[in-house]
Amino acid sequence: MKVCVVALCISGALVAWSAVSGQDNRDASKRAKNSVYSEIENAPEKARAKRNPFEQNADAVSAGKILFEQHCAECHGETALGGKKAPSLRAVEVQGANPGAIFWILTNGVVRRGMPVWSKLPEPQRWQLVTYIKSLGIVPSETADSAPKKP
Amino acid sequence: MFPGHSRLLLGLVFSLLALFVPTGARGQESAYFVTYDHYLEEPGNLEIEYFSTFGAQHGGNDFHAFWIELEYGATAWWTTEFYLDGQTTFNDSTLLTGFRWENRFRPLKREHFINPVIYVEYAKLNGADKIMKEVEGHDVASDFAEPNSLLRRETKHELEFKLLLSSTYKGWNFAENTLAAKNLSNQPWEFGYALGASRPLQLAASSKRCNLCLQNFVAGLEMYGGLGDRHSFGLRDTSQYLAPVAAWNLPSGWTLRVSPGFGLNDNSHGFLLRWGLSYEISGFGEMVGRLFGRAR
Repeated sequence: MKVCVVALCISGALVAWSAVSGQDNRDASKRAKNSVYSEIENAPEKARAKRNPFEQNADAVSAGKILFEQHCAECHGETALGGKKAPSLRAVEVQGANPGAIFWILTNGVVRRGMPVWSKLPEPQRWQLVTYIKSLGIVPSETADSAPKKP
Repeated sequence: MFPGHSRLLLGLVFSLLALFVPTGARGQESAYFVTYDHYLEEPGNLEIEYFSTFGAQHGGNDFHAFWIELEYGATAWWTTEFYLDGQTTFNDSTLLTGFRWENRFRPLKREHFINPVIYVEYAKLNGADKIMKEVEGHDVASDFAEPNSLLRRETKHELEFKLLLSSTYKGWNFAENTLAAKNLSNQPWEFGYALGASRPLQLAASSKRCNLCLQNFVAGLEMYGGLGDRHSFGLRDTSQYLAPVAAWNLPSGWTLRVSPGFGLNDNSHGFLLRWGLSYEISGFGEMVGRLFGRAR
């Protein structure tokens, strides 16, 4: 029983620590925003060159929107303008990137900076997400930072 | 007429409705019961899971073993889980059988053809534990034939290590797990394995919101069993299972899983029926952070 209580306490402390340090990471994420976007630059040439099979596909935009709400909006915000945990996806750095580079980021995540790997979503769903993200258009970073979030 | 019953009925109806109401951000859960793929819980999310195993027992009473699991994504490369195990043996008794604390670490930054994850678990269980979350060493069906009053006398302090390898190719997930477990009460190292393959029934997402779309269903197969111990490594005197698996990922964050399992040799239970229900709470870490007084 004692061991059980100790294990529970350790788990609780770890959860609290990760929650609190997550807050620090979020504060730091604003400062390091440019370096977050710089991960896109790390996409290999082969990945950048990939064509989006759903380009200009209206159904893919609708499907991508639903997927975005289910998997991405919590961190990137409902309008993709950025949230407490993750940067805006409407910044020039993302909207100007090759679809293949965004697909590569989705597939590999940015694990050390808190973005999980999304290769668990099948490839067509990741392309649908890319199609939706690219359909959103640019909102400059300064505007994105001050933009009011939807309730 | 029966206000108590009406309230219960109303509660049930609301609970069922809640299954289908979409909320927040959700992961895509795998269909496996024993095998692990390389995907970890999303950071800050808490998944609450209930799993159940019904087993047919030769020379003893059938049993229903169950566990409750709390799975938390501490970071994008570390998931921690706490389990409470219990079981009911028919015509015998119901008891809690122990707890487990499990951690999974992803050592590599990016996706590769084969993705490794390191698994470390500490478990304090008694001999009556029947959840069969993994099969190891010379675990055989006849171990469960004794009455609970005898089985519970044995106490296990166990450390378990697993190497989880997993690949995703054209929508298929292929996972290979090997395990080494050590009962700290001076017992030899025991070994086991699990293999799994699964795929969503449809790869592209529908452009309409739906619960019954094929993309929400994952089906597959897993095979698992013991590999003996340090003194007698191999398949001799081990139990082996083959089990089709299926999962239904609802957009509301609920996942239902079911798996009928079949023993492949005389040392195995003839039939196991597993099912599970889980719910993912996104942003749980933030809620805890706020409890500790951090500003939003």
